[in-house]
This record gives sequence, structure tokens and C-alpha cells, in this order.
Amino acid sequence: MSEWVLQGLRTGIKTTHYPDARERAPGVSPGRPVGGSYPADQAEALLARCPTGALRYQDGQVIIDYRRCVHCFRCARELKTPLTWEMDYEWAGANTPGLTGPFGRSVHILVVDTGDCGACLNEVKQLNNPYYNMHRLGFFITPTPRQADILLVVGALSAPMREPLLQAYQAMPDPKRVVAVGACALSGSLFGPSFACGTGVSELLPVAVEVPGQPPPPLAILHGLLVAVGRRPAVPLSSPNLPMPIPVIEEVHSRP
Amino acid sequence: MKDMQALCEQARQLWPSEVQALRIDEAGRLGELRCAPQTLPELADWLFNELSYQFAGLIVEEAGRHWELRYLFYGQAGRLYLLSEQPLAERSFPSLSTRVHAADWQEREAEDLFGLVFSGHPRLGDFVLHDDLWPEGLEPMRRSFTGTRPVSDRQARTDWRPRRIVQAPGAFVMPIGPIYGGATESAHFLLETVGEEVIRAFPRLFYQYRGVEKRAEGAPFSQGLLLAERFAARSAFAHALAYSRAIEALSAVELPPRARQLRVFFAELERFRHHLGTIEGICTSTGLAVAASQAALLEEEALRLSGALAGHRYLFGLAAPGGLAHDVPAAACREAVSQAQAIRRRAQELHQRLRRSSSFLDRLEQVGLISPEQARDHGLVGPVARASGLSRDLRQAQPYSGYPSCSFRVPCEREGDGYARLRVFFAEIDQAVELMAQAAQDLPRGPVRAECRPAAGAALGWVEAPVGAAFHWVRLDESGRIMRYRLMTPSFANWHGFHLAAEGFAFQDFPIILATFGLSVAENDR
Repeated sequence: MSEWVLQGLRTGIKTTHYPDARERAPGVSPGRPVGGSYPADQAEALLARCPTGALRYQDGQVIIDYRRCVHCFRCARELKTPLTWEMDYEWAGANTPGLTGPFGRSVHILVVDTGDCGACLNEVKQLNNPYYNMHRLGFFITPTPRQADILLVVGALSAPMREPLLQAYQAMPDPKRVVAVGACALSGSLFGPSFACGTGVSELLPVAVEVPGQPPPPLAILHGLLVAVGRRPAVPLSSPNLPMPIPVIEEVHSRP
Repeated sequence: MKDMQALCEQARQLWPSEVQALRIDEAGRLGELRCAPQTLPELADWLFNELSYQFAGLIVEEAGRHWELRYLFYGQAGRLYLLSEQPLAERSFPSLSTRVHAADWQEREAEDLFGLVFSGHPRLGDFVLHDDLWPEGLEPMRRSFTGTRPVSDRQARTDWRPRRIVQAPGAFVMPIGPIYGGATESAHFLLETVGEEVIRAFPRLFYQYRGVEKRAEGAPFSQGLLLAERFAARSAFAHALAYSRAIEALSAVELPPRARQLRVFFAELERFRHHLGTIEGICTSTGLAVAASQAALLEEEALRLSGALAGHRYLFGLAAPGGLAHDVPAAACREAVSQAQAIRRRAQELHQRLRRSSSFLDRLEQVGLISPEQARDHGLVGPVARASGLSRDLRQAQPYSGYPSCSFRVPCEREGDGYARLRVFFAEIDQAVELMAQAAQDLPRGPVRAECRPAAGAALGWVEAPVGAAFHWVRLDESGRIMRYRLMTPSFANWHGFHLAAEGFAFQDFPIILATFGLSVAENDR
């Protein structure tokens, strides 16, 4: 057994400095497109390539609805004038003010999968790995709704999961917040609306925080959780309306 | 060697009046036999039990005024369809599942979604469509059903009870799920027990049923690609590849050599990442915290490696009909190989430490046993089958992409317990990195994509996904729209046999046995 202790110590600290400083490691985010001014003919070519109708053209601007964007890269590749791609990960938008006060530092999360492909769920799972270690920020995953403050929902709201999801929400004590993670949970993306899937969790529950992406990378989900407890500002869910960049902090602040 | 012709000829001699050869393609290693419904069970029995052909799945189609049922088998001579037709009004087909047990769940699915009846099947109903939610008589895969709007008389009831439970003094049923544990996929398990030992384990799945096959109908084939890629993300590249291969078969397109080789590279990168995640799950299930953290580090590093190289952590948006959607420089691939080799070294160290941890081994050795006979009868695939002595791998049995020019060994173990499955996962991680290195070496120059203009018709694409053999069957119309899309996934095959491993073992072994199977619920439910 001592072998494991030594191995753990030898590994050292791997944890990201986010949210105190920006995480710059390659591969932490797939990035996403940014809207802007485009001539009509180029915009038409862009819109024609979007498989989920996430792009709109209005007053000379290509506008992206991040609730529908699935990172298919079709607006970024094989085009003469592709959309600009940003590599950030602070993506979460908010509809309700965050849980504050005693909830700011110890938050229990119930994760419910309503027909997810496994990507969003796996990224949620990564939050517990040493690279992200969400415990340091006071976030804990709980198996029971009775102790949960946040209901984190992934998936396209499959019909058989509607009732279990509703029951889980009702079993949670107030105050509580719903965080919807991933394009499927925000809009149904490729799967809904249909006989088997919905058009997002907001059909059924009041969604406080929305984290777009397919899947949003772990840092985006972490941002969503921080928004849900009022510890980070939310960003808009469409572009233009560019998200506020995080200032790069060279000196790492003392951790809360 | 004219294997397929010989096989079809033999079938015609055995059933001279009932069997007719429709298609024999020696080069494509493909055959199709038409037979009367009543001959099906005998013919399938002969293929499965005497010739040791494997059963891949059942493809049901509503073709005009007829049902067309294709039973797909594969083996030494290649792939063989058994086609059976009947007028739409005649809904009853003989069940194969008493002789070919691997067909059991395939028939139950067709019964639920098409309203077919398989006479002689011991258990039909309440499978994909739960009785306590969906109205009676709903047949969502029929052409007449509109899949784009909610079912109006759908209502959730809470009065569902299992049809049959163990009757013994002190016996009770322990329900688990569909919401349970941490970040777990939705599935419901009924464990029947009189105390500690699980007498019967009954997984009730399809809480994540998204109707992907129905959703694809009428969509252009480029949209189908997105569905194929994103219904089960842990094997996204493999499924996108299988779908692309089906479209390529309809286009008669020659794949650029660079694409062939890069496909091997990325398929193995995905297998590498998938298995690291599975090993993390096994370590977590045994409560070995440091080992779980170590494995989680490796999985995250593999995710970052994929993200930095291909633009997406789960390799979305990469595979495409005709090759790959975008090129990756050879130098970046070689750099990725050296990073993967560094991760593999640490994975090997982790493996050595796990082998020295008796508390860990006690939970895996002689637990969750699957015998080779059970694996064969239930048609298990992938690492689970290979841990039970069945050396089955489509990369060798039915090679595709750049695999014919690769040299590799298929890891195989005999014990069929959790530990054997763990060893197979570790061995496949080694092999995957070896194959990545082979593919990145001498990467041919040139384009990575050829243009695909698929003709109308139906074709099959297959790959060895991380969980096992995956088959995508696609029928397109003249305008390139999907008429029928059939997904036969390895998780579906392996969930069918999962209860065998759980039964006879203790409650507390259940999560560990589940983890050693490395299954995806999303891939099963579709």
C-alpha cells in the first residue's frame, strides 16, 4: 500500500490554476466559432453548411446561437472565408442570479443523464481528475437529490428520463439551481425535437445556467458551476456579443 | 479460393428448394441468400452452430408491400445476408433465438419497434419501448409513423413491475437507477437476491433511447454522418468511420492512401483513450483512490492529445466519407506518437503496481466469469469476448482501411474473469500505440479526401470499435437521402451477456463487474 502513497506523492500537483489564472495547455478546449460582419454571399455559404441552424444572417452580421452549435467545424474548414475560431472555454450563460451566501463554498451536485452520448458526461467526470479537481473549489458530486444544491443535466431529454428527472428535481431542497450542460440539453441539437427527445431541459425545468458545447470541455463546465454560485460572471450565449476575456493573471492568487 | 461461392452452393444443396443465391461477390467477400421464413432457423443454426459464423444483427426493412428481413452473419468466407420476405400483412416470423441465442435481443428490438412477432421467442415486449411509458401498439420504425413530433398519449406510470421474479424465502429485488451514483449513464438494474449473492441480474436499458435510426430517415447522408459520430461519443471516430465506409461502398470511390493510414492512426488513438477511461473506471469501482487518480491523469492527457492534434477531444468532425475532413501534418502525428508512448509507459507502470496490489486483485480474479461457450452463444464481441478465449477482431478477420498492411497481434486471455478483461484492456493499449506508430511512419503524401457521390442502394460499413464489432447498414435513395439506417453496436451485443457475469456473485462485486465490461449505455440505447 505504501507504494501507492509514494506514487501519489511522486506525481506532484497537476491541478490547473483556473479560475485564478488562464489555463493554456493545448487540447483543453475544442474552441468555437465567432460571428461578425460578412458580405451576403459569404454568409450564405456559411449558413448553408451549418447542419443545426446555429447560424443566422442579420444586418450584415453572421450571428451564432451557441445553444445549437455542435462543433462540426463545417464553418471553419474547406471554406475560402471561414469563421474565426476562438479557443477560450468560459462559455456559460445565466438566466438566474447565482446561489450565494452559504452555498458559495460548499456545493453538492446531482448529475442526471437524459440521453447523453457519453461525451458531456465524461467531461463532467473529468472534473474529479487531478487536472481539474473541483473539490478544491468546494464542488462535490452527490448520489442523492436530498443533499443536492445543483442539478446538472446532460443529454437530449429522452422521453423515459423526463419523469425521473422531474422527480429528482422535486426531491431537492430549496434553494436549488439547474445547470444544463451541452448543446443537447440546451436545444436538443441533432436529436430533438422528435418522438423520443425534447428541445432542451428548459422544456421541463427552470434552467439557471446554460453551458453550450458538444461537449463543453471540463473548464467550461467548471465555469458554469462557478456562474451558478455567483463566483464568475456569465457570458452571452450568442456571438457577436463577444464574451468578456479573462484577464491573464501572471501571479497566481491565493486560493479560496 | 472461392469461399463465398462454395458456402452458398453448400447451402443450396442442403435446402435445394428453399434457398436461392441472390448475390455472390467473391472480391467483396459478400453473399446474399434468399430463403423462405420457415427455413430461416435451420439455415441460421447451420451457419452459427456448425460453421461457427458469428451473428452481427437483424436488419428489418419495410420495402413497398413487403417486409425484408436480413440476418447478417460473418465468418471465414466473408459476410453473408440471409434475406427473408413476407407481405406486410403477415407479421409473424419464426424466431431464431432458441438456436442462435445471439439473435435474442435483436428480435426483441424488432418486435418493439416494427410490431413484428417472432413465434417461439420466449420473451417479447417491454424492451426498447417501456410498457410504463409508451402507448400500446406504437411502432415507431414503421414508415407510416412520423418521428418528428412527440407521441401525444405518452404518459409515465410508476406501476411497472418485473414480469417474473425469484420466488424463494427471504428473496427480494434490489432496484438500482436509472439515476444513481456519480456521473453515470442512465440505466436501471434489478438485482434479485436472498442476501448477499445476486441470483438474477436484470438490466432494464433504453432510458437513453433517442430514436437515432428513425431520426436519420429522410436526412441527407452528410447529416447522417453527424448522427453516426455523436450517438456514442466514447467511440465517435469508430462509428463515423463505419458509417463513412458504408457511404464509400455506395460511391465506388478509391480511398487516398494517406487517408487509409490516418484512419488507422486515429482509430487506434481513440481505442487508446477509450481503454484508459475504462481502466480508470475499474480502479474507481474497486475504491483504489491513487490508482484511479493515476488512470484519470492518463485519460485526461489522452483527451488533450486528441484535442491538440485533431481539434476535438473526442475526435468529432474528423472522419468523413471519402477519407478525413481535414489533414494532419505527419510531424504532428509523430509527435503525438511519442506523447502516447510516454503515456503508455506510465500505464504499464500502473499495470505493474495493480498486479502487486492484492486488495485490488481479490476483487477481480475469479469474479464476473464468462465462459467461452457463453461468450459464443451470446455473440459477445470485443475485449470482453477476447478475455473469454474468443479471438475475434474485425481488424484481422475482415480487414479495412490501412489495417491489411499493419502487423499486430490480437490480445487474448482464457480465464474470462474481471482480471482477464483488465489484462486485455492493458494489452490493447500497448497494441494501439504500436499501430499508431506504424501508421505515422512513412505517411504517404497527397490528399486525405476523395469526393463521394453515392448511388442509390444499400451497403454495410464495419469497424472494430473500442468495445467490439460495429456494423452500420445504410440505404440511400437517388438523391443521397437516407431511407433506412441500421446501427448494430458492440455494446448492444455485450449488454446481452452482461447478466451472466453478474449472477452468482456478491452485491458489492456488481459495480466492479460492470466496470470491467467497459460498456456504453448510449451506444446500446441509440
